[in-house]
Amino acid sequence: MKEQERFEPRIIGFLCNWCAYTGADLAGVSRMKSAPNVRVLRLMCSGRVDPTFVLRAFQLGADGVLVAGCHPGDCHYQEGNYKALRRTLLLKRVLRQFGIDERRLRLEWISASEGEKFARVANEFTEEIRALGPLELTAALETGPALELEEVRA
Amino acid sequence: MITVNINGVERQVPEGTTILQAARALDVSIPTLCYHPWLKPFGACRICTVQVQRPRGYELLTACNTPCEEGMVIRTDTDNVRQARRVVLELMLARWPNVPVLQQLAAELGVEKPRFRSEFCDEDPEACILCLRCVRICEEVVGASAIGYEDRGIKRRVVTPFNRESEACVACGACAQVCLTHHIKFEPEDYRGKPPEFLLGPNTAIFIPTPQAVPKVPRIDPEACIHFKTNGCQKCVEVCEAKAVNHEMTDQEIEIEVGQILLATGYELFDASVMSQYGYGRLDNVYSALDIERMLNATGPTGGRVLLKNGQPPRAVAIIHCVGSRDENYQRYCSRVCCMYALKFAHLIKERCPEAEVYDFYIDMRAFGKGYEEFYSRVLHEGTNVIRGKVAEVVQAGWSKQDEGTLLVRCEDTLIGRFREIPVDMVILCNAIVPQRDAERVARLFGLSRSPDGFFLERHPKLDPVATSTDGLFVAGCAQGPKDIPDSVAQASAAAARMLATIAKGVVEIDPVRAEINEEFCSGCRVCNALCPYSAIEYLADKNVSRVNSALCKGCGTCVAACPAGAITGYGFNDRQIQAELEGLLAVR
Ligand SMILES: Cc1cc2nc3c(=O)[nH]c(=O)nc-3n(C[C@H](O)[C@H](O)[C@H](O)COP(=O)(O)OP(=O)(O)OC[C@H]3O[C@@H](n4cnc5c(N)ncnc54)[C@H](O)[C@@H]3O)c2cc1C
Ligand code: SF4
Ligand code: SF4
Ligand code: FES
Ligand code: FES
Repeated sequence: MKEQERFEPRIIGFLCNWCAYTGADLAGVSRMKSAPNVRVLRLMCSGRVDPTFVLRAFQLGADGVLVAGCHPGDCHYQEGNYKALRRTLLLKRVLRQFGIDERRLRLEWISASEGEKFARVANEFTEEIRALGPLELTAALETGPALELEEVRA
Repeated sequence: MITVNINGVERQVPEGTTILQAARALDVSIPTLCYHPWLKPFGACRICTVQVQRPRGYELLTACNTPCEEGMVIRTDTDNVRQARRVVLELMLARWPNVPVLQQLAAELGVEKPRFRSEFCDEDPEACILCLRCVRICEEVVGASAIGYEDRGIKRRVVTPFNRESEACVACGACAQVCLTHHIKFEPEDYRGKPPEFLLGPNTAIFIPTPQAVPKVPRIDPEACIHFKTNGCQKCVEVCEAKAVNHEMTDQEIEIEVGQILLATGYELFDASVMSQYGYGRLDNVYSALDIERMLNATGPTGGRVLLKNGQPPRAVAIIHCVGSRDENYQRYCSRVCCMYALKFAHLIKERCPEAEVYDFYIDMRAFGKGYEEFYSRVLHEGTNVIRGKVAEVVQAGWSKQDEGTLLVRCEDTLIGRFREIPVDMVILCNAIVPQRDAERVARLFGLSRSPDGFFLERHPKLDPVATSTDGLFVAGCAQGPKDIPDSVAQASAAAARMLATIAKGVVEIDPVRAEINEEFCSGCRVCNALCPYSAIEYLADKNVSRVNSALCKGCGTCVAACPAGAITGYGFNDRQIQAELEGLLAVR
């Protein structure tokens, strides 16, 4: 395949400050190869991931979304990751209704010491999304009024 | 008080004092056999016979169980007394002619050749002479009553109930301790399952853990203490003049309110018996590094001498590095301190057993610190044989008499590229340093992370090596990773300085990342109330709104993500900021 034809997915990674983000940092400090396709957005906790952020990411052109937090029981705020788990499972159902393949949303537990795991997840997920191809948005999501966050919240 | 006269000397004694006690107070010696100061007087052997003046003549009485009376006149040095004692002894020797305590007394009393010989004569030098001190101490002091006697007169014998192994015996050894003839022997497997002649730990029930112990007071091992088995004994309570021994003491939970914590819970030694090829716990004279630390210690069980199990100094010692470290099957990391303490061992063994050959088996010699490489070359010049290669196994050398107790170390010498078998009689394993077994629980307790090797994770390996991801919690020493004493001290000092700085400042700075509820948008649904892990959100019933207590809020953002009205703002990470970030991140293809 020629260079410019290769599809480079854009992936948003919502990483919690204490585990996943530190793990990603460690991957970098340890010079591990991880796909640059994952564009990292740091939050204090995976429990902060508002489902609308995920939808908004898809709306803005992301091909995949990775939510990564601490391992169960390790959340810096005790149980934010359990809330993230519940929300992600629900959100996957919503994604299906929007015609988005639920594999485009992935939840992972990555501890602060798991630089290697972060690199592996980033690489695997990138390949998986590459195989799924670019995200084609349905008209509903492109203009979905529910997603006009600014209007509601400013 | 009553007055007695012993051999012409008057003395006041408290009422109830026995003649023996009064005599001993006056330094008048009276031989005894069945008497023991801890036991009730028994009066069985009669060797303590003395003469008491009576209005018409005198009376021969046993001193150990006769109480003094007012005005009593006692003689211990007359011919009558000596004669009586000699007869007692002759009769005993008639039955037990070879028992050393009796022979010794005989010599003192001038009995040369006994006139009698019993038809029940027992030639055994360790025969039971029926003083019954064993039976009495077991009942009166230990409180176990595990032994008694059967039959009468000439047939009397000390036995366990029904001649079976006694279930009541607590294996304290008191009976053997008071036995005058070694008829009762105590051969304990120590309660930790180690042979008694070579215990590397305390071997009494009450002991001061180490000479440097803080606080330096004895403590009682409840598993070994007789009192906890039978409710008896408490001899330590009797002898302690300060009345400091208290068997009722139990563990206490004490709550202390603190603002900062330094975790310095250290390490544990890797259990080398898992690597069965090295024979730890299976072969005699294979030791762990900490066993050897105890042995080399001047206050240790051997007084700092290096000894084999048979009490002899070793002729050849093997020191094996990296046991469980740098090993794909156990710990992948280097334990960092072993090379240097192995060289320390080599040096000390050479110093204490100059005749011994020392073989040091290493993979790489890591002499990383200040003065360490110099120490390495010094040890080389002292004649330690260093062999580069990982030891394959340690085996018993052979079964012939000449090989007894020797071990063979099999290894590849990678510098000469040859397989070697080296006979030694002592093997020292340099066990890996591993995290404490409760590290997982402690990490959970403090909300800490652990690195892949299991040690506590610092906030940043370079920029913040003593803090952790939890505010106010610091780590130092081997709890954070294997390191030697200088490094542990440096890290601990740094942590202490950080903590002091906070104390000196008097205020704690908290992250500005906090949640706030806009009361205008809040519908009072109370969804957020239950979600907050810190119960930082209170509901104001009068206004029908929720409010965040910003001192309690830690800023996780869970409530922000959940509020159906979008009424909560997470400072530092508010919706608009995240929106903008998303837009920025996805702006470029
Ligand atoms: C055989 C051997 C020889 C060594 N020789 C040398 C040497 O010659 N020179 C040198 O510099 N270094 C040497 N070291 C290394 C040295 O032992 C360590 O550097 C040092 O002990 C580390 O100190 P620490 O305080 O971090 O941990 P530790 O010494 O392990 O102390 C930790 C303490 O915390 C306590 N603790 C654990 N868990 C808890 C809990 N949950 N609650 C309360 N208390 C707890 C433990 O009981 C212990 O007292 C040697 C190590 C070994 C194994
Ligand atoms: S009560 Fe005191 S003397 Fe008796 S066994 Fe226990 S510690 Fe030892
Ligand atoms: S941000 Fe987290 S800690 Fe703060 S009020 Fe909301 S749920 Fe509680
Ligand atoms: S802080 Fe990592 S998931 Fe909550
Ligand atoms: S010591 Fe007095 S009778 Fe035995």
